[in-house]
Amino acid sequence: MFRNTYDSDNTVFSPQGRLHQVEYALEAVKQGSAAVGLRSNTHAILLALKRSSGELASYQQKMFRIDDHVGIAIAGLTSDARVLSNFMRQQAMGSKMVFNRPIPVNRLVSAIADKAQVNTQEYGRRPYGVGFLVIGLDHTGPHLYEFSPSGTSFEYFAVSIGARSQSAKTYLEKHFESFADCSLEDLIRHGLHALRETLQQDKELTTNNTSIGILGLSGVHESAGTSVNFRILEGPPIEPYLQSMQPKEVPPPSSASVPPPTSGDEDVQMSE
Amino acid sequence: MDHFPTNWGRPKYDGFDTNATYPFHDHGHNQSAAFAGATQHTQQPIVTGTSVLAIKYKDGIMMAADNLASYGSLARFKGVQRLHPIGDYTVVGASGDMSDFQYLQHVLDGLVISEEINAQDGHTLGPAEIHEYLSQVMYSRRSKMNPLWNSLLVGGVKDGQRFLAYVDLLGVTYFASTLATGYGAYIAQPLLRKAVEGRENTLTEPEARGILEEALRVLFYRDARSINQYQIATITANGVDISGSLKLETAWGFAEGIRGYGSQTQ
Repeated sequence: MFRNTYDSDNTVFSPQGRLHQVEYALEAVKQGSAAVGLRSNTHAILLALKRSSGELASYQQKMFRIDDHVGIAIAGLTSDARVLSNFMRQQAMGSKMVFNRPIPVNRLVSAIADKAQVNTQEYGRRPYGVGFLVIGLDHTGPHLYEFSPSGTSFEYFAVSIGARSQSAKTYLEKHFESFADCSLEDLIRHGLHALRETLQQDKELTTNNTSIGILGLSGVHESAGTSVNFRILEGPPIEPYLQSMQPKEVPPPSSASVPPPTSGDEDVQMSE
Repeated sequence: MDHFPTNWGRPKYDGFDTNATYPFHDHGHNQSAAFAGATQHTQQPIVTGTSVLAIKYKDGIMMAADNLASYGSLARFKGVQRLHPIGDYTVVGASGDMSDFQYLQHVLDGLVISEEINAQDGHTLGPAEIHEYLSQVMYSRRSKMNPLWNSLLVGGVKDGQRFLAYVDLLGVTYFASTLATGYGAYIAQPLLRKAVEGRENTLTEPEARGILEEALRVLFYRDARSINQYQIATITANGVDISGSLKLETAWGFAEGIRGYGSQTQ
């Protein structure tokens, strides 16, 4: 069971200078189903793949509204995410109460990063087993951040976390330079294409297993008015976006081009 | 209330108990008053500043206050600045207790350090945020039955928006294009309203300055806690500017004709 000598206590460095418990926490993020985030000059969006534990079960929620101007998508332990998202909501309400100002997004992300860092340094605690993508809108425009349980946070043009997220990253890295001037519809289409890359073979994106979170003016497929507030699209409303996807190009069958599956992703079970 | 009659003042003649307090209770010298150890809260201001005036004008906000801090009716400190800049966009003007105001300056300066200097992320506090924060501080203190005894005006310009608001020791807030605290709320506010309302977007800086100076002059004639030295703060898109101490020109020739006060005999 134990793979390392220096992993039973997160406050002890290994001789290689690593904190194994923190790295295991990062593995927990990779076990979660994928989430993708993208940003244009006018919008920030999140897309996530939902899982259910069986045919009869509901799908696990992947996106949470923090405030009118902030939303998150999660990968990892949902229960840890609920603790952190409650904290984020408290911070957001605190800013509204004390300053009558929506909390600056970077400060909100830094706040949870600082909270997560404490868990990597204090005896008797464990790191959070969840990673976030955070989108936010403030007077400096739309933003996209990644938060990870090691206590770091970075801002991105586009990013993905969770199972097989490297495939989505590869897609995003190829296309991100066009995102800045994208319309909302094009941005979502890119996001869906990236998210599709994380699927197992024979699975596809449906209105049941896909969530889309949007910040910025509403698009042509939305009935909402002129609100820029965070909203989560699920179920039938995302049908037009799924329809807009281009068929996936099938790579030529070549054994050399198929990378060997990594052990980290192999134990992820996707169910419809 | 002291319930021990012998503490009310002893009768001149100790041999006769005029208050019929016998047997005298023992008021030993080591005895302390029943409430001596209780927490005492501010129940009145001590060193006070009088009115603060502020108006909106074309380029932003103009605020004025005199330089006096009174000790009761004594003109105790004559060089006190009652207009305090907060961050790059805001001025807070205070009337009421000057020690409470100095405490608020300390709190607000600390707030700017933690919110702006430490974060350095481009998110700065404007007058609206400062005012909301102040109103929360004032209200929480009044709710602890320990108010900060001030009436404050908060004015500023940020992102092209003018902001002018009031907050006091109870946490009461309101907004208007002309505001005045203390005695000025009675004497100066009607003058300011007449001069400013409807002309907020056309008043030039010299006109606005003239309006405030005239109101200060009327206050100096009428308000016995005022002085003829004052400062004016202007807050525009270019930032905050607080003048040095200025002198009010006044004429007292009319006083010769007044009868019925002072030492005149006829």
